Amino acid sequence: MTTHDPVRFIAKNLRVDLAVIADMIAPGSRVLDIGCGDGTLIDHLFQTKNCDARGIEIDMAEVTRAVAYGLPVMHGDADIDLQHYPDAAFDYVVLSRALQAVERPRAVLQQMLRIGTRAVVSFPNFGHWLVRWQLLSTGRMPMTATWDRPWHETPNIHPCTIRDFFDLCEQEGYVVERWLAADEAGRRSPWRRASRMANLFGEQGVFLLRHR
Amino acid sequence: MDQPATRAETADSPSHTHVTFDDGIMLECGTTLPSHTVAYRTYGTLNADRSNAVLVCHALTGDQYVAEDHPITGKPGWWTAVVGPGRPVDTNRFFVICPNVLGGCMGSTGPLSPRPRADGSDSSEPWGTDFPPVTIRDMVRAQKQLTDYLGIQRLFAVIGGSMGGMQVLQWAAAYPDSVFAALPIATASYHSAQNIAFHEVGRQAIFADPDWQAGQYWRHGRIPARGLAVARMCAHITYLSEEALTRKFGRRLQNAPKDSTEAISLFGEMFEVESYLRHQGSTFVQRFDANSYLTITRAMDYFDLAADCGGDLATAFKGTRTRFLLASFTSDWLFPTEESRFVARALNRAGANVSFVEFPTDKGHDAFLLDEPDFHRTLAGFLRGCAMHAGLEARP
Repeated sequence: MTTHDPVRFIAKNLRVDLAVIADMIAPGSRVLDIGCGDGTLIDHLFQTKNCDARGIEIDMAEVTRAVAYGLPVMHGDADIDLQHYPDAAFDYVVLSRALQAVERPRAVLQQMLRIGTRAVVSFPNFGHWLVRWQLLSTGRMPMTATWDRPWHETPNIHPCTIRDFFDLCEQEGYVVERWLAADEAGRRSPWRRASRMANLFGEQGVFLLRHR
Repeated sequence: MDQPATRAETADSPSHTHVTFDDGIMLECGTTLPSHTVAYRTYGTLNADRSNAVLVCHALTGDQYVAEDHPITGKPGWWTAVVGPGRPVDTNRFFVICPNVLGGCMGSTGPLSPRPRADGSDSSEPWGTDFPPVTIRDMVRAQKQLTDYLGIQRLFAVIGGSMGGMQVLQWAAAYPDSVFAALPIATASYHSAQNIAFHEVGRQAIFADPDWQAGQYWRHGRIPARGLAVARMCAHITYLSEEALTRKFGRRLQNAPKDSTEAISLFGEMFEVESYLRHQGSTFVQRFDANSYLTITRAMDYFDLAADCGGDLATAFKGTRTRFLLASFTSDWLFPTEESRFVARALNRAGANVSFVEFPTDKGHDAFLLDEPDFHRTLAGFLRGCAMHAGLEARP
């Protein structure tokens, strides 16, 4: 048997990120959470919004924890397993702080908006001023609270900035219904209308997308 | 609840609790059994609205004595780790039903049962190898008759490992509205070529035993003990793993038993693993009928749920509202994780609610029967979650 090291972003404060995401999801909807970890978000959505929320997770220990807690979670890989879901099976498909860790982010987004009417995507912003400053001043890969693994250890193989993500959405024909930048504690940043400012001061971006 | 076409439910002979259905069951092969008996055991109490029933499906050589001492061997039930008071399938909360499969040899109709005469009365001769080939679907139909007889419209859960898991999948496909939660464990939606091959070795061992007597061994008052024991030994290897065998036996030697007549004992010593397998073989023949073994291995070999549904497994589960838990074990090479993943993906395509976990263990296929705390915690949690969704339990 081959064991796969879990490829996932280690979220510092998943619970706060989760509250921001849960805010974007309508009560009673069908939700798939990709990279759901121990299922905190799906439990939250079931308990507080009566959603039919399910999860996929690549780390078997997390899957076991979630199912042993009574949550519908299956072992699976975002890069491989989304193709097995039928079209429009969900109202929302969530990818929380994992976009930068998947092998093919564009394909994963396409699958998300095939199997779901809307996609909720959050990712750590590589355009944050501290990241920029560290690279500029030291000439080395940045190490921050958010980007806290050395370059050769990080599972985050596709970092992007908030502006990069806007460009990708434009290019792929996705409508950004809502977006916000937040700091590491999940507090919303005030630069909602100014993506350049958000890109400089936001530690993470959270986007609600749908097809044009 | 009483149906005209059933006979008394009490145990007769020294034997097993059972019910006999006299309305005939048309088997998949086209043969009709004019009447058939389902032997079963129940544990716990059915609640007022009959919503807490859990059906346990046994594996190839299992039987209905899932959670109590076996009447023949005296050994503890085969799944006491999972079924019982305070266990994951908690008999303090659930009404557990475990039937012996059609074709079995522990009281349900099978090759050991008396063959009916043309006038419908039982002859003194058993069916033997003339017993019609049964399928997993036939087994499940007989179980559905039992749950109907018990007055249960919807089972809260159907659970089983290995061949029991095949029955779980068949239940969920055939009677989706009667299964709230399905737990197919260490199983597959079809029997692989390799597994059919191992079964064939076992069957050939039985055929090769001179005491088999073309399946009519009762005429001579003998059983094909050597052949059946070899079949069991061969199968038993497939239930373990190389790691488990190495851990338990390594290459250790022991003295051969003095009274052994077997050629290998001429060397005066034997490997511990040999001794273990011989023990497995010799105890098995005391409780299992060779013709039943032939019938049930064949039923497993025939199983291919997708083939019954036009080749796409997702079709078998289209529109299902059943909640699934698929569980597999890392060192299981008889029903490898990939076969469970195949089922999980088909369920995804069908839009089903599916949980899927693989447990790390070196115990091979048998792990589902053994002490695996993570597996047991997961079963318990999954059932708790389902009980909440079924309205059996309040939200925390």
